[in-house]
Amino acid sequence: MTSAAHAEPSPRQSLGRRLSTFFYRHPWVGVAALLAVPLGWLVGGYFGSLFVLLLASLWDTDPFTSEVVHNYTFDNFRRIFEEDVYREVAWRTIRMAALVTIADAVLAFPIAYYLARIASPRTRNLLVVAVLMPLWVSYLVKAFAWRTILSDSGVVNWALDPFGLSFDGYSSVGLWLVFTYLWLPFMILPLYAGLERIPHSLFEASADLGARSLRTFLRVTFPLAFPALVAGSIFTFSLTLGDYIAPDLITSQQFIGTVIYDQRGTNLPVAAAFTLVPIGVMVMYLLVARRLKAFEAL
Amino acid sequence: MSKARWRRLRFAGLAVYVVVALLGATACGSDDDNEGSAGGGTTTGEAAASTEIPGLGSTIDEIKQKAKEEGQVSLVQWAGYAQLTKEFAKETGCKVSTKDGATSDDMISLIGTGQYDGVSASGNASVRLMERGDVAPVNTDLIPNYADVQEGIKNKDYNSKDGQPYGVPHGRGPNVLAWRTDVVKPAPDSWGVIWDPNTPYKGKISIYDDSIFIADAALYLKATKPDLGIDSPYQLNDEQFNASIDLLKGLAPNVGEWWGDYAKQIQSYANKDVVIGTTWPYQVNTLKADKKPVEGVKPKEGTTGWSDTWMIYSKAKHPNCMYLWMNHMISPAAQAAVAESFGEAPVNLKACALTKNKNHCNQFHASDESWWKDIYYWTTPTADCGGKGGTCKTQKDWVNAWTEIRG
Repeated sequence: MTSAAHAEPSPRQSLGRRLSTFFYRHPWVGVAALLAVPLGWLVGGYFGSLFVLLLASLWDTDPFTSEVVHNYTFDNFRRIFEEDVYREVAWRTIRMAALVTIADAVLAFPIAYYLARIASPRTRNLLVVAVLMPLWVSYLVKAFAWRTILSDSGVVNWALDPFGLSFDGYSSVGLWLVFTYLWLPFMILPLYAGLERIPHSLFEASADLGARSLRTFLRVTFPLAFPALVAGSIFTFSLTLGDYIAPDLITSQQFIGTVIYDQRGTNLPVAAAFTLVPIGVMVMYLLVARRLKAFEAL
Repeated sequence: MSKARWRRLRFAGLAVYVVVALLGATACGSDDDNEGSAGGGTTTGEAAASTEIPGLGSTIDEIKQKAKEEGQVSLVQWAGYAQLTKEFAKETGCKVSTKDGATSDDMISLIGTGQYDGVSASGNASVRLMERGDVAPVNTDLIPNYADVQEGIKNKDYNSKDGQPYGVPHGRGPNVLAWRTDVVKPAPDSWGVIWDPNTPYKGKISIYDDSIFIADAALYLKATKPDLGIDSPYQLNDEQFNASIDLLKGLAPNVGEWWGDYAKQIQSYANKDVVIGTTWPYQVNTLKADKKPVEGVKPKEGTTGWSDTWMIYSKAKHPNCMYLWMNHMISPAAQAAVAESFGEAPVNLKACALTKNKNHCNQFHASDESWWKDIYYWTTPTADCGGKGGTCKTQKDWVNAWTEIRG
């Protein structure tokens, strides 16, 4: 044992040495110092702002100046639950989020499958870059580009015109296309990771037992990739649910995001109350996703 | 690791959690205090018509000198308002940065961030800003060009309170009916073409996306349904308000695009995604300059419009530059530039000699008051019907109804 020698206090210890001794003797201080910043961020920055949001949803505004008045009232919630328009907007948005998620899943699965199981390492690298490339461009630029593409004099209608067809791009269908495009990489990446993780031996075993490709896909590949699919859907669903820029640029319909955006300035409490709707939807979605083991696939 | 050790670790974690939570709570508390005093600005605004802003020079020379030290001014503006900014920077040493507001509500919330020194406020923002205490009264002695502003536009209820000016008038103009001349024939002279439920331009109509547009419906009803007895389109009782909302709900399915961003609207007109609608003369000018077949007019029913005011934020960080800016914007040169580029009437008639189109002031009837009498300047709806008695729908009612109209 050399501890006796160490316990001998040396006359001149450097500050760093003394600090390190202090942390060694009091391990909990070290842990506390380590956790203080991330915990502070989580509690103060994250839960704090959620709490303020909840509080703000109970405030009132001055009917003339639109200033926030700190009177507590449930009026904002009553408005959101009683007036049809808020319910319609919420359903419209949830429906859009679901349809975008389905479209992205259908598009992403073959791409991710090809990436993970078929492509040569070289092609795979190139394709991963190609999938990630759109993320290097500002989201706003992409949405504006789609606005031009879907315009009456845009490339879509230009291509349809010779066949005597036309497409109303500034509609929910147009917006669905835009969202599907925008969030596709967020579905491909988790799916690709999930498919790649499936051990090759399982496919061999399936083949040895006489299963053909369809059966292997249905009984082995898909069930094992499903949590990754749900993980990807968390992104596509939540990103659609909260977005306000694309709906504003592409359609004249209101969505949860645009309603909140329009009210944030002079009707803050109603905006705050309405914000709790997508938060509630997402909490439920995440609970279901956890059941489906999506978090293990992230 | 022993169980006891784990327990200690967990306890430490909990302790940190509690400390941080407490810190957070106190921080929130003090924030609330600040907000409280800012909210109390209403009372200070009423009590003090004092034009003193901390750091503002007391003479014109002192302002000029202090402005050089400030070196910048940041403004909330309607798109295209800030003119001759380079010349201004060269002359005063104040660099200008601007942020466009799409609606008056937008501008109020932008000013509320405290990041800006001043704002070009329309009547429906200016009265609220004065009431909130977000803008300060101005000492017009320190703004030499103020003497040249038309008397008829000074000391109105949207740019002054109790006889004390809050800011300087900027200019006034109409919201116009604009259409593509290659699609809409014959040229319309009435708002009826957009309000008609069976309009041939279904799905191609462009409408301003703000609750203030309810006034445009009321204005049309004022002309077409005199029984309702609408006087000011901004002060509506229950019956008049509901009739306007019904009219708007009939319009909503025919709207091709609700615009807030002027650039978006210009693009839509240029691409024929919309062919008729309500707009500012600015968009019409821009489209015409781009050789697009677009025309705009003040329809026979009259129209809504604006008379805007440059106001100074009550806690402006660069008050001296802002004073010089207010003086700059009512100088003949800046007035001529903005009147022509935006398509509005100058408030300083000396500008009329400097416009490129020598006829501009005549075309916009700068000094012909009779032309302006059927233009209803944006103002904030109030419960007391603008002081005329009775009970009217408030700003809050308008905003809530707008969400419902948009559907």
